[in-house]
This record gives sequence, structure tokens and C-alpha cells, in this order.
Amino acid sequence: MRNIISRREFLRASAGFSGACLGSSLIFSGELAFAGTKKDDIFRREARYYEKLPNRRIKCKLCPRECVIDDQETGYCGARENHDGKYYTLVYGRAVSANVDPIEKKPLFHFLPGTTAFSIATAGCNVLCKFCQNWEISQARPDQIRSYKLFPKDVARYAKNAGTESIAYTYNEPVIFTEYVEDCAEAGHEQGVRSVMITNGYIQAEPMRDLCRVLDAVKIDLKAFTEDFYRKIVAGKLKPVLDTLTLLKSENEWTEIVYLVIPTLNDQAADLKKMCHWIYNELGPDVPLHFSRFYPIYRLKNLPPTPLATLEKARNIALDAGLHYAYIGNVPGNEGENTYCPNCKKIIIRRIGYQILENNLDSKGRCKFCKTSIPGVWH
Amino acid sequence: MKRRQFLKTSVAAGSGIYFGFLPGCQGNEQTKTRKLKELSRRLVEARSEAIRDKKGKLIGDEVGKLLSRAMENFFGESGAQKCWRQLFTPEDVVGIKINCLAGRGMSTHRELVDAIVEGVKSAGVPEKNIIIWDRANRDLKKAGYRIQTNRNKLKIYGTDQVGYSRRLYEYGEAGSFLSNILVEQCTAIVNVPILKDHGIVGLTNALKNFFGAIHNPNKYHDFSGDPYIADVNMFSEIRQKTRLTVTDALTAQFEGGPPFMPQWAWNFNGILLGMDRVALDAFAWKLIDEKRKTSGLPTLKEAGREPTYIRTAADESHRLGMDDLSKIELIQV
Repeated sequence: MRNIISRREFLRASAGFSGACLGSSLIFSGELAFAGTKKDDIFRREARYYEKLPNRRIKCKLCPRECVIDDQETGYCGARENHDGKYYTLVYGRAVSANVDPIEKKPLFHFLPGTTAFSIATAGCNVLCKFCQNWEISQARPDQIRSYKLFPKDVARYAKNAGTESIAYTYNEPVIFTEYVEDCAEAGHEQGVRSVMITNGYIQAEPMRDLCRVLDAVKIDLKAFTEDFYRKIVAGKLKPVLDTLTLLKSENEWTEIVYLVIPTLNDQAADLKKMCHWIYNELGPDVPLHFSRFYPIYRLKNLPPTPLATLEKARNIALDAGLHYAYIGNVPGNEGENTYCPNCKKIIIRRIGYQILENNLDSKGRCKFCKTSIPGVWH
Repeated sequence: MKRRQFLKTSVAAGSGIYFGFLPGCQGNEQTKTRKLKELSRRLVEARSEAIRDKKGKLIGDEVGKLLSRAMENFFGESGAQKCWRQLFTPEDVVGIKINCLAGRGMSTHRELVDAIVEGVKSAGVPEKNIIIWDRANRDLKKAGYRIQTNRNKLKIYGTDQVGYSRRLYEYGEAGSFLSNILVEQCTAIVNVPILKDHGIVGLTNALKNFFGAIHNPNKYHDFSGDPYIADVNMFSEIRQKTRLTVTDALTAQFEGGPPFMPQWAWNFNGILLGMDRVALDAFAWKLIDEKRKTSGLPTLKEAGREPTYIRTAADESHRLGMDDLSKIELIQV
């Protein structure tokens, strides 16, 4: 992690942030946007995906929820508002967090390993996970959190100046600030900086296809493999997420999947097997699958952290199903953090936490030992 | 637990109303308990054509008289001051939670709020200890309220002025931060919602008005707000501090809500008053459905937005009040 601002700037920026995303370095000191003032209006942009209905109502066409929203009301995400029959995003250029993170933190293991990502977030989310790590920003509305003016060109400039290889849209759910993502990604590409999206995949096909045009990689949080879990714990649906995964495959978008294993709720072997077979059949054996350790938080404080044995069992299920790259996350030092060559079984990338200790890929992205091509974005 | 404490708690749990809700009521604990029981099963519908002048404008004094009449009938006392004194003591800080989302056309009327302020003051509460509030200053201004924050005067401001609680309040499916006006500043609340149709949850009245006190109401409209609206009303600060609900039905709306749609607004010229928010909502549902039928519209159920959260609020796990109108003593004046 790199800190590129002066002490004074750091203190100024720190004072304004909401406390989300601890462990990352704050790297900019944008202009503070005070909630509830006229300054809020500078972050309004007409939304790109919606349909007008009679009586000044609108229907949001961004995510599968398709919120029908009355005049003066916000959608489920809290970040989009109907104003006089016109639909607006309230978070365009309105960052609540901006940090330089290792790309491994996202986690993306097959995307420019050892590089950093300029990571930004806004307020709001289109689901309501009871285990959300960043619930203080994701479950709040933009006017409830101190935020910073950080328009796309600024994002690209900061990312470039920080020496990052990519911009990551992360912490909260980037689907809800899709217009901002698209424009940041374009501005980033002009500066030679790529873009990655860390998302729940709860999005309609049209906006996802548009995003694919500007994104270089996507990490999908597949939260479970049952509709029941999605309904009760996420307040969403599984099917649209699976649709997004197959869409990403058809668009040739580099994709990795994270599965947070929550004791008693989504750790049943039968469901994990079903999921791994689905991934193998629909997406192929080369999609990296990360089984991440759960820690009690937000509305699931009553559950224990995931036992290591459960994570190892899940990883073995994935490997047995034929998936080539199954990882264990949030357990620094575990052998499941390493990338192994599916052919010669040697370690290609050795990791501890977010650190790369050894990289045995050659310049063409192949295993140095047996020349097997390893899928990913390496350059 | 002593037997007496147990009985007190039982009455409170059964009615959704706490013993402490009648701090100024005279008599021993038994008398208070009996009185509470009576009141928790009573609601008043007060209407008058006299509240408007020939141009249809509200007359403040007449609205005040209507409120006094409703209070006297609800408490079974003559003299409104006696009634207000049963609810509040001079030490209270009273928040008047209004509803301003729909702007001037369909927000809690100032004439009614002024009458409530006078009533609270008549119980000995100093004006500086009264706060008229809703979600945001922006909403209050839109509805015609001028923001007032002077510490020695009547206060009017939104939660954005003071922020939300640090504590996350949780019950059932709901988990929210609460307005600091409710948590930190007020000891008692008068809930003053609008009688209005709602395009997603069916209707908005006594229970739903507290969505204006939480930081994340946008998360709680799925499944017609069921069970979220009931769950939010279970938060301790809401349950324990809400002493009275006065529904502003001076002008009501039976379709097209929550925004103001003049073509579906009607001069009901009345208020609904009670302590049982569930009963008030059940009655409001009846009124809206009756009006919809006479206007040729389908009932809320037929329209696919039956406010089932009202039943949930009355169920065994919530017990916030009574949804069976046959068990409610309705006083029409």
C-alpha cells in the first residue's frame, strides 16, 4: 500500500471520511461535499437506464429489482432519485472512499498480480446483505455520508499519479453508480489506466454489456447457490447473478468469482458441489473461484468465523469438480492462496495475504516450468 | 419480577403502549392501568366542515377546536388541557413528527401542528422544549415550514440538522439508525402523519410515518413493506416515546400517493386520534378503500398493494396494537 499525499492532506482527508475500508491508504484530498446543501446538486446526472411511466413515475432499468419510483422518492439503492418524472443518479463524482489497494485485496489473482488499484466507492447498494463488511457506506444514502468531489478526469489523474495500473470500483456496489464507472473507465483508459469492477453482478444485461466495453476485469460476489439464501440474507435473487456470469463469459470479460463461506448459511457441501459443476459447465474450468473466510459483522454477529476446515473442504470440492483455480481467502499463509499450474502442479504465484512472494509466469503468461498457458490478464 | 410489575408489562405488551405513556394521569397504578387499557382500544374520528372558509382555506382556530374536541372525547374528560396534562409533564421534550415528503399539497398542515403545539404547551411544556421535525430541512421547507433552531424558542428542523444515532437499532428484518431528534433530544413524540394512499405499501399513516425517522427507508418497501414497517415500529425508542398519534386527514389522498396528486385528493375535513397506531392504520385502510370504491377504483387488495404490514404489526411477535376494528371503540364526533 502506498501513501502519496502530504501529512496535512492526509489529516484533512481523514477527518472527512466515514471510516469505511480500514487498512487502505487514503490518497487524495478532494473538495468536501457537505450533505444537505445545494452542493449536492453538482453530483446529479440524469440516469442512463430507466423508463418513464404515467403520473411522473419511473421504472429503473438498471438492476433486476426494476424499482417503480414515485416523484421525489429514491430507489432501493438510495442513490437514484425521481425528480419530477426524471431519474437521476445522486452519486456521480461523489466518492466516499478513495484508496490505493493491492489488486490482490479485491481479490483478483489473475489480473496484473503485484500491482495496485486506485479504489473508489460511493454510498448505496442495490441489495441488503446481512454480512456486509462496508454496510456503513453501502446501506447509507449519499446525503448521510461526507463525501468528496471526484469527477472522472480527477479519478484518472489520481490513479495515474499514484502509479496504479487500474481503477477499482469497489467497497459498495458499483452497479448503482454505473454512469460514474463508465466515465471513469473511459477517462482512465485515456491515461493508460485500466478498470476493474468488484460487484454482486445484480444488474440487467444492457448496462452490463455497456460496462463490458470499458472494463478490463470483473470480480463477482456469488453469495450462495440457492434462491433461499439470496431471498433471506441478501434481499435479492440468484438467477440474475448467474445470468450476469454467463453474459461476462460471452463478452470475453476476464472474470473471477468470490464465494464468502458463512457457517450454517451457505456452507452445505451439496450446494457447493452444484455451484462448482455449474461454473465448470457454463463458464469453464479456468474461472478462478475464491472461497473467502467470513467474520461476524453487521447483522450476522451471532455466527462464528468460518472454520478453516470448511474452507479447505470447499476448495477440494471445486478442484474435484475440475476447476483449475480454487483459492482460499482471508486466511493469510494458507496454501490455498497460491496459484498452481494445472498441468505440472508447481506453484506459479506464491502469496501471503496481499503480498506476492514468487511469480513463475513467463513473459507470455505461461508456467515457467512446463509452458502451460495460464489464463488471466498478465500485462 | 413482582406481580405488579408483571401486570404493568403485560398490559403494555398487549397494547403496544407503555405504562409510562400517561405520566400526568392522576390516580394509583391500578387506575392508570385501567385507563391505559381503555385508551388503547379507543380511537376518535373527528370531522367538521367548519374548519374551512368559503374559499376552502383552513381556519386555524377551527382546527384547534376540532383537535380539542377529539382529545376530550378520547380521554373522556371535559377540557382539553386536562387531557394534554395526562400525556405530558413540564419536564418533557416533545417531538412532533410530521410528514412533509409531498410538499405543500399533501403534507401535515401547519394549522394542525400549531394546535398540537398549543395543546402540548397547555400541559406545561415550555415552547422551547417542542420540536417539529421530519427527515430533512429540505422537505420541511418545501412544505412551507421555516427552519428554526433558536434554543429558546419552538424548534423546527430535520434530522439532517443533527444526524442519526450511532447505535444500529434492530428488530426482525429491520436494522436502522434512528434520528437523533428521536433518540437524543425528545422524551416524547406526537406522531402526526397524513392519511394517504401509497403506490407500493398501500397506504401511509401512523406506522409508516416512522420511516421518516430512520436512515434507510428505501430498503424497506419490498413486499408492500411487510414486515419492515411493523419491525421499525418495534424499535424501543419509537415504542416507548410515542404517546399519541393525530392523523392529519384535513385533506387526504386515496390514489397516486405518496406524491401529491390533486385529482385524487379529497377534503376529508377531519383528524383521527388515538394511541394505537395499528388500529389507526386499520381504520385508515377502511376509509381509503371506501373512498376508492365510491370513486370507481379497485380496493388496495385488488390493486395488488394490500397493506398487510398492519396485520403483521398486530401479530403475536409484534403486538403493537389491534387490527380488528370490531374490537376497537370508535368515537365519531
